[in-house]
Amino acid sequence: MSNHLNKLDEKKYAEIADKYSKKSSLLKDCTMAFVFGGIICIVAQLFNDLLMSQKSMEIFGNITEENGKALTVMFMVFLGVLLTALNVYDEIGNIAGAGTIVPITGFANSITSPAMEYKSEGFILGVGSQIFQVAGPVILYGTTASVIAGFIYYLIK
Amino acid sequence: MSTKQGKQTYTNDRKVYIRETAAIVGPREKEGPLGEYFDEVQNEDFDEKSWERAEAKFTSATFHKLMGKIELKSEDIDCILAGDLMNQCMSSSIGLRDSGVPYLGLFGACSTIAEGMVTGSLLINSGGMDNVVCMASSNFCSAEKTFRMPVEQGGQRPPTAQWTVSGAAGLLLSSNPGGPLITSVTVGKITDFNITDANNMGAAMAPAAADTIIAHLTDLGLAPDYYDAIITGDLGLTGSGVLREIMDLHGFNLYDEKKECFKHQDCGAMIFDPIKQKTHSGGSGCGCIASVFASYFYKQLLYGNLKRILVVGTGALMSPISVKQSESISGIAHAVAIEAQ
Repeated sequence: MSNHLNKLDEKKYAEIADKYSKKSSLLKDCTMAFVFGGIICIVAQLFNDLLMSQKSMEIFGNITEENGKALTVMFMVFLGVLLTALNVYDEIGNIAGAGTIVPITGFANSITSPAMEYKSEGFILGVGSQIFQVAGPVILYGTTASVIAGFIYYLIK
Repeated sequence: MSTKQGKQTYTNDRKVYIRETAAIVGPREKEGPLGEYFDEVQNEDFDEKSWERAEAKFTSATFHKLMGKIELKSEDIDCILAGDLMNQCMSSSIGLRDSGVPYLGLFGACSTIAEGMVTGSLLINSGGMDNVVCMASSNFCSAEKTFRMPVEQGGQRPPTAQWTVSGAAGLLLSSNPGGPLITSVTVGKITDFNITDANNMGAAMAPAAADTIIAHLTDLGLAPDYYDAIITGDLGLTGSGVLREIMDLHGFNLYDEKKECFKHQDCGAMIFDPIKQKTHSGGSGCGCIASVFASYFYKQLLYGNLKRILVVGTGALMSPISVKQSESISGIAHAVAIEAQ
């Protein structure tokens, strides 16, 4: 292939390239993911506790535990969308890594960010067709997996 | 006429000067170590409604800036050679559609400005053209959208990743005297050592840079010492280390014993402060070497701080589709030898 680089083959080159390619620190990444993922869970728990408190019951009436959970999820999605729209979520994500991608706020971010990005191509060909660019595979295979699991459950029940 | 030397190199019999340059960059580049050398700074969105239009505006504004610096009119320009990273070079064609100058679009990924200088000096040496403008642009946000994830998506970058430079630069090549001289050009070959990680462009491009530099030196019978500096485009910190090692392996030492530093410098490693600006391996994109050469290195040549340099534009010849289809990332590099007057 390259007669000037006759002392290199793909294997040898991979070794040299690897030597200079700095790796992410697993310990740091895991710690950050744990801390930030934990903070998000604490926020959700605090919101849920607030919702289920005596004070909140007095204002909103009786909220069932199930409805409280659903409202908490909606609040967290709203937070994810809001922070994405304010151009903050990606800054946090750069430090937090999986800590902000895995929770539901990350899912909200993965849908809001293409929606913002592709607005310039219009609401049909842009936002409409690209909004699931990042989340699409999760939605498709998540739904398919749950259908299969449900079917198996039905058979063995 | 150009004269062929060896296999890939051409020396110019008709003199080609780089008469003038212009560079407009974004705020992150302005805050970097070379910030003071750029002509103008504009926000990444340049008050436009899309990243693509913003990049096109960088191109058109740079063209007007360049034309404003010289006494020529656009009718005097024989041809513009321009390219960028967007689909079908849309930033260049949109940005230059009102220029009224004959246009040839180029795609050489991040090596585009070097490809432009190579092509431009060969065109001027054809005897037909006298004034050729070479341009290249890139934009962090439009490149993220095209090649990676939406800008606001909260992902994390590995340490080998590079940041696309937001900026555009233009050079006027002319047969009329003034400015540094292009003495020879080397057309590079596509080089591929099977790197598939799109977050490690430096490693993908380093063999191409080494191949072209060795081809240039071999064709002209020179040693690296002949040049005051050998400047690559956007290998970044990762790719620079790789390049120096594989050059050394083939018997071309890029270390300058006298000055106790490397003769090799990389625009991608220079344009940002990797610690303060958290830019990982460095800058990349067509605008990287284009803006750094047009500002910092061009001024070093004018002030006489550098006499002879070899500018090696490096590009990763990949597309979003080729990456998804797991194709390896091929590299390309073109070299331009420049002498101060």
